[in-house]
Amino acid sequence: MSYRSLGNPFDADTDLQHGPACNCPICVFKREPEASRYECTESQMTERLERAVFDDAATSADPSPVFAAASAKRQPFATSDDVMDRAVESAIVRGLFGHNDMSRRNFLGLVGGGTLAGILGTMLPMDKIKAAVKEEMLKPEKTKLKVGFVPITCATPIIMAHPLGFYEKYGLDVDVIKTAGWAVARDKSLAKEYDASHMLTPMPLAMTMGAGSTAVPYRMPAVENINGQAIVLHVDHKDKRDPKDWKGFKFGVPFDYSMHNFLLRYYVAEHGLDPDKDIQIRVVPPPEMVANLRAGNLDGYLSPDPFNQRAVWEKVGFIHILTKDIWPGHPCCAFACSDEFATTLPNTYAALLKSIVDATHYSQKAENRKEISAAIAPKNYLNQPVPVIEQVLTGRFADGLGNIQDVPDRIDFDPFPWHSMAVWILTQMKRWGYVDGDIDYKAIAEQVYLASDAAKYMAELGYPVPDKTYENYMIMGKEFDWTKPEEYVQSFAIKRA
Amino acid sequence: MLQSLHLRAALVSVMLLVVLLGLWELTSQPPAATEALTEYELLMGGADQEARVPPPSAVIGLAVAELSNPFYDAGPNDKGIGIQLGYSIYRVLTGFTLAALIAVPVGFLIGMSPLMYKALNPFIQVLRPISPLAWMPLALFIIKDSEASSIFVIFICSIWPMLINTAFGVASVRTDWVNVARTHELNAFQTAIQVILPAAAPTILTGMRISIGIAWLVIVAAEMLVGGTGIGYYVWNEWNNLDLTSVIFSILMIGVVGMMLDIALAAATKAVQYQE
Repeated sequence: MSYRSLGNPFDADTDLQHGPACNCPICVFKREPEASRYECTESQMTERLERAVFDDAATSADPSPVFAAASAKRQPFATSDDVMDRAVESAIVRGLFGHNDMSRRNFLGLVGGGTLAGILGTMLPMDKIKAAVKEEMLKPEKTKLKVGFVPITCATPIIMAHPLGFYEKYGLDVDVIKTAGWAVARDKSLAKEYDASHMLTPMPLAMTMGAGSTAVPYRMPAVENINGQAIVLHVDHKDKRDPKDWKGFKFGVPFDYSMHNFLLRYYVAEHGLDPDKDIQIRVVPPPEMVANLRAGNLDGYLSPDPFNQRAVWEKVGFIHILTKDIWPGHPCCAFACSDEFATTLPNTYAALLKSIVDATHYSQKAENRKEISAAIAPKNYLNQPVPVIEQVLTGRFADGLGNIQDVPDRIDFDPFPWHSMAVWILTQMKRWGYVDGDIDYKAIAEQVYLASDAAKYMAELGYPVPDKTYENYMIMGKEFDWTKPEEYVQSFAIKRA
Repeated sequence: MLQSLHLRAALVSVMLLVVLLGLWELTSQPPAATEALTEYELLMGGADQEARVPPPSAVIGLAVAELSNPFYDAGPNDKGIGIQLGYSIYRVLTGFTLAALIAVPVGFLIGMSPLMYKALNPFIQVLRPISPLAWMPLALFIIKDSEASSIFVIFICSIWPMLINTAFGVASVRTDWVNVARTHELNAFQTAIQVILPAAAPTILTGMRISIGIAWLVIVAAEMLVGGTGIGYYVWNEWNNLDLTSVIFSILMIGVVGMMLDIALAAATKAVQYQE
């Protein structure tokens, strides 16, 4: 049995009216005792429920008990398309009878539903109407968007989606805007100058918790890249490959709330150096890293590419270690937007996320990397020499020490936002004193890292989706157990918490 | 004699320029391109591909190329030099005009009323020395718009010289003239417009000239900070790429535009100058 209001309009025995016996989620919701407890207006709730019906509730992640109650009492249509088809038929038939359900049922009782359907079919192009309605329903509410990016290869999917037409493919007209650094990217996002932005994976967590800025609920439905960073040292330090010799060094990281900061701290701390006392860590916007290294303001940095490779190209630095060798497959940059954007413009959000997920998978393929390098090197995007970008993306590169290394996964792209990655980041924020007090690790991770959204579009686009959202990691020989975050924080010898 | 002095001075200027540019050209020749022998050398990029200070001929070449097509628009992050300068000038003029609209009346008030002068002076003294860029994070946070924030920064940096000069100019108008106005039974407003304004105009315009100079200095730094568009962003974008040829070219353009703004206000000052 399906919803009554979405019952077969060609059946004389079906009552199409909402009413005491109707079992559509809207009516069920009105009767549920939870209704009074739910903190939103009725029209908001109706809108959500209608959307849920349309999206096919069986796969919806809406955890509200109301919704669970509603969906338990019905059988969903096979696909959301079927719901739409039925809604269109129903609207037309009901309109034919002046929205008088009794006269519809009387007439159908006389002539039979098949006859009416046949007559209607000859008079109206039913299929075309259905297709037009569906297209209208899924159309992005807003097609002209601004997406910010910091000019680094981590943003490859966001950037290359522009020259290679991934935004257009999903009906969007996106301007990708170059941004001077992460603080500016954050402030411009909070100021709604950007609809969505390239961010560092810890940033949406910090912004949601209000660490370092006002607390605004942010969501991160997709990771951009994994790996792809490196520790670069000044060429004068070629003899100081042991981190124990780095006392007094000045290091650059792109932002406080960055994987770069956390990985550098983790790396030196594992080698017995206290990152707050034995070395100095400064925040330097990525594009200014090479100039600072050349000027001697920095002894080294853990920064995004292409600035690691650019330092080698300019012969001022060498690649000490790839971050992939600290934590294989660590997340780095992300695609993020405000909760408000995603909920007020759901179709736009869906289209944008789809283009990003699609572009990320395209970037993942080794055979596309050369094409992408050429597409993102010009002034409008990264503004870097093509050979530098190519060495980063193809993973065949000169390390500045006289060797050619071949590391195809030097940078890789994978959109799935693992909740366990968020938990690890939160443990490090706690470890180094960026947040105080007790943290509900899992709750924040699940609120911000929207694995369900990524999974939905990955599945829709035909990519494999992991069957879990948590896993353990091995980082420099030490295991991270996602079920015991607090114990993990306490297990480190060097920490602030 | 004077004629020939001018002529000789010009000759010396040109010779100095030629010698300096010649030295610069000779000392900054790129190393000869070496044939990359191994793949490692290829991946490292030859010494000739490294960023370095370019010879003047390269800067001139770029200037010709850029100025022959100053208004191209190849996307939000790649626009012609004319468009970039246009954005900067627009921001400077907007911020400057807003500042003038406030600074001149307030300056009048302070200049004409010793009470207001004493009351407002402490605020002015504290606010005036603050670097305009120090306002940027606060402006970004409160205004929530980078465009408006950079205009605000221009506003805040150009208001002080105008305010102080207006107050000074108004206060030092000769008392005889004000007395004459009084005998003609002009009210305070009429006195301000008909007597004090013309008398203080040269000082006020000098303040404006100082302001626009500062505003033009500050816009470059402000745009480097927020990015997006403008000549400051252009410099920053080229610096990212360590493209010093473009950086030097834009430095020259900043100088030329700054000079033109200054000349415009100098001409305005001259127009209101009077002989006592």
